Amino acid sequence: MTPLAATVRPRVNPYLSIDALDPEAELMLLHFGPQHPSTHGVFRMDLFLDGERIVKAVPHCGYLHRAVEKLCEKLAYVQLPPIVDKNDYVAPMTNEQALVMAFEAMLKLEVPRRARWMRALFAELQRVASHLLWLGTFSLDLGGALGGGSTVFIYCFRERELVLDLFEAVTGARFHYNTHSIGGNRHDLPAGWGAKVKAALDTIEARLPEYLAMTLHNHLFEQRTRGVGVLDGELALELGVTGPNLRASGVDHDLRRDAPFHAYDEVKVNVATARGGDCYARTEVRVAELVESLRLCRALLDGMPEGPINSGKPTKLPVQTKLPAGQQYVGIETPRGELGTWVIADGSQHPYRLKLRPPSLHALSALPYLLPGQTVSDAIAILGSLDPIMGEVDR
Amino acid sequence: MTDFTHGALYGGGIITVIMTLVALALWGERKMAARMQSRLGPTLVGPFGLLQPVADVLKLLQKEDIVPDEADRVLFNLAPPLGAIGALAVAAVVPFSASIIGADLDAGVLYLLAIGALGVLPVFIAGWGSNNKFALLGAMRAIAQSVSYEVPLVLAALVPVILTGTMKVSAIVEYQAQHHWLIAWPFFLGVPAFVLFMLAMLAESNRIPFDIPEAESELVAGITTEYTGMKFALFYMAEYLHTLIASAVAAALFLGGWDGPFAPGLHWMAAKTLGLFAFVYWVRWTLLRFRSDQLMALCWRWLVPTGVALVLGAALWVVFVG
Repeated sequence: MTPLAATVRPRVNPYLSIDALDPEAELMLLHFGPQHPSTHGVFRMDLFLDGERIVKAVPHCGYLHRAVEKLCEKLAYVQLPPIVDKNDYVAPMTNEQALVMAFEAMLKLEVPRRARWMRALFAELQRVASHLLWLGTFSLDLGGALGGGSTVFIYCFRERELVLDLFEAVTGARFHYNTHSIGGNRHDLPAGWGAKVKAALDTIEARLPEYLAMTLHNHLFEQRTRGVGVLDGELALELGVTGPNLRASGVDHDLRRDAPFHAYDEVKVNVATARGGDCYARTEVRVAELVESLRLCRALLDGMPEGPINSGKPTKLPVQTKLPAGQQYVGIETPRGELGTWVIADGSQHPYRLKLRPPSLHALSALPYLLPGQTVSDAIAILGSLDPIMGEVDR
Repeated sequence: MTDFTHGALYGGGIITVIMTLVALALWGERKMAARMQSRLGPTLVGPFGLLQPVADVLKLLQKEDIVPDEADRVLFNLAPPLGAIGALAVAAVVPFSASIIGADLDAGVLYLLAIGALGVLPVFIAGWGSNNKFALLGAMRAIAQSVSYEVPLVLAALVPVILTGTMKVSAIVEYQAQHHWLIAWPFFLGVPAFVLFMLAMLAESNRIPFDIPEAESELVAGITTEYTGMKFALFYMAEYLHTLIASAVAAALFLGGWDGPFAPGLHWMAAKTLGLFAFVYWVRWTLLRFRSDQLMALCWRWLVPTGVALVLGAALWVVFVG
């Protein structure tokens, strides 16, 4: 890849002051959100409209700020995984993993092989659940709560339930699992769980063509998404957009392959990319990833090694776990892109500073570039296609 | 019996039956949609949840009736009843059987097109009177859409008028009963005209995939954003009424109305109307939504030229064949 600085060309800054807008144009300022049904939680866009066309868009986040990072500075290290569970509330498994992996790296802990494989399996199942939810909500954005969109939505939710059931069987929780601990996993796989996973995977795989007929292979869907919200790869890199959004812009980048963690050095990942950079390409990439994850889940299950699931370290009394002074950044590939944890420790029982790098925030930063020139209907499609989870954007 | 008492009796009867049907249709739609989405739908209120619409209306009656401070009070309150009345008024000229018809006007088709076109007015009034940007955007879309789709609707309705040589709706049905349903022969005119009519009617009554004026995922609730309680219910009802009556009109103009292979009568009309109605909802719960400009493109690029061709074809058919 060529150095970024060499390829960046000057762009119009979309964050320009509103004074720069044509005062004669009689624009309408539309506060889109935070109570709007399609802003995926509490997100607000100030849209300057000329008729239905957007002239300028100013995104506002922070409505869901829960001071998670500050909270983390006051809690013991072992108390943190259940806290970060709530960040990306559609993929809690990967939140925990990014966090405990940073701690493990600082402690230089060797995680047992079985635990790593289990983490990879959880991550892939989580990806299936997350992408299913995304497909459902994206259709909802395009089709409305009282129409075909809600039909896809409910189908996808039904299949996502299967995955949540599997997680429940392992961890006892359907959502906020707290199953990763520093040095390994807390819960081992119950007997007969593998068969259940395979059954669920088969069901999802068998039903997938049905949803694709209603979305990806549907003429109306194509009309609404093709050429809408084109994010070019250069801009995506510049803004730090990662995950499916980046790959849909033609940049072949996936941490699972490029910087393998968990078991991804042993189980190879086929990275899906698309060229278009539009909403359709983002859908294509996510669907391809969904199919790939189904394959990976089977491979991980078949190759699941025996052995301990926890290194038994760091101490007999986990609450007193102390990290050596220093700092560490660990980024992993979550369903939404690179989720980074940067921990600065001062040798005490709490982190001195814990910084999370949520992929959704960077995806949202592309909005001011993507929205101008599109219509209000497209704004919803574009926002939905970026798959933002406000929980992790605002933290 | 004077015309007035005839109109009052039949009108009252028809309105009562249609209102009941709307409630039933609401239940039917929810059940059907639920089945399509692997749900059960309403099950708790009454047998099979049949009383669910009653419970819904009772709930809406109890809601606080809010008029926004900055709204135009008169227009805001005028819009919902106007919408329902406009939708109901179309039913006057629909022949439900050989004898059940509210007012058998000589220019029936003209009347129903004219009254149907009025449907855009309450939408405009509501959008403007609410003083809400989402409502205004919704109204803007609705007007553009209704005015555009008026053209293919009129063109499609002209085809049966030309083929049968009358504007009297009952006479059109009569003709079909004596000769053949228009959708059956000449089918190359009847079928496209029927499809065109249904599409334009769907667009006129703002159903998915043409429901962009209320597009709740984009415009919150479009024109109904500021409405609560019974006013909202009236809008909602007007939408169902419009679909139901549009189905009845299409059944009368193209599917032979109350005519059937055996024992012609009201039951045939009811079956055809409800069948079309169910089809509309089947489409609704399957498809995604168009974008405003795509909808316009569909209308002006495809539907209007098709309509013109059909009218021309019908005229040639009448001159050279029938």
